[in-house]
Amino acid sequence: MSSEIALAPREALSRRKFLGGATTATLSAAAIGLLAGAPTLFARRASAETDEQDIRILNTALGAEHEAVAAYQVGAESGLLKKPTLDLAVQFQGQHKEHIDLLAATVKKLGGQPVAGKVSYAFPVEKLETEEDVLRFAAGLEKGAVSAYLGAVPILGSGELSRAAASILGDEAMHWAVLRYVLGENPVPHAFVS
Amino acid sequence: MRAVAAFVFLASAGLLTAGLVGAGASSSPPADVASSADVEKGREIYERCGACHSLERDRVGPRHCGLFGRRAGSVPGFVYSDAMRESRLFWGRKTLDRFLTNPLAVVPGTFMGYAGIPDPKEREQLLDYLDVATRGEQCDAAAGSAAKTDGDGRGRRGDVRD
Repeated sequence: MSSEIALAPREALSRRKFLGGATTATLSAAAIGLLAGAPTLFARRASAETDEQDIRILNTALGAEHEAVAAYQVGAESGLLKKPTLDLAVQFQGQHKEHIDLLAATVKKLGGQPVAGKVSYAFPVEKLETEEDVLRFAAGLEKGAVSAYLGAVPILGSGELSRAAASILGDEAMHWAVLRYVLGENPVPHAFVS
Repeated sequence: MRAVAAFVFLASAGLLTAGLVGAGASSSPPADVASSADVEKGREIYERCGACHSLERDRVGPRHCGLFGRRAGSVPGFVYSDAMRESRLFWGRKTLDRFLTNPLAVVPGTFMGYAGIPDPKEREQLLDYLDVATRGEQCDAAAGSAAKTDGDGRGRRGDVRD
């Protein structure tokens, strides 16, 4: 499988790259690792119906990831984020792009068509007046993403897909925690997420 | 339907906390009135929906303003699954409670790839919040013209309502 996927060269994070908005068409080594179980995954597919459900679930997650990338773009271009917070946002956006690459590749493997990002998103930009506003907006998206993946993990059709979704969940949870910390809130308010 | 109109303004303004409405919450509300604590807890539960939904805007999922009484799959311009459009569901507390328990079982083929909320109390609190928030001032312009019926003011055989 790995021979089908070109490794993306590691690139230093930069504002220019962030604002460029281009997503890589390749998968990171970590993403390849998550897909490494795919041969058994596909061998154990229960049915075409299960595949179709998995495609719908993953495409819904993919749509949310596209929106997250766009949201961080709005945050960066707002001019409200200062270093080092801006660097964090750049890093988080890059990781959402990696999620997109993994989810899109998986949807294709399952025989589906990955959803594309929207041309535009109706973000509540009129409410984003300070750095704190931007961070709270991002934290809300990340918290929602944690819950969304938590809701997807148990209904995906294979352990390998659930593992991949759980891996993304962990990353989103770290984003949420760091954003809470930057906002001066308890970064890990509970022992469990819901 | 619960009589929760008193909480509409505070909830829509994001001000509804136990402290802010403490005086009103100090006496036991009527049995059919959601407590402010339940509405606030429901607001917290609603944050779980924040990756895909908002009250006023269509996102990965459709907006929730105007949800109650709306036919499933009917927000103009939003792209639903065939399954949702054809579900014949009309959203009310009972239909939402069923759907939120296990979305994929109630509407097989829905794009909402979510396992559901198994705790009945949490679903009740979430619905308490939605009952308030989706009718709030911030929803006045956002509820849109989603269908309450099939266009002629009458329901159809097979419609699923509360």
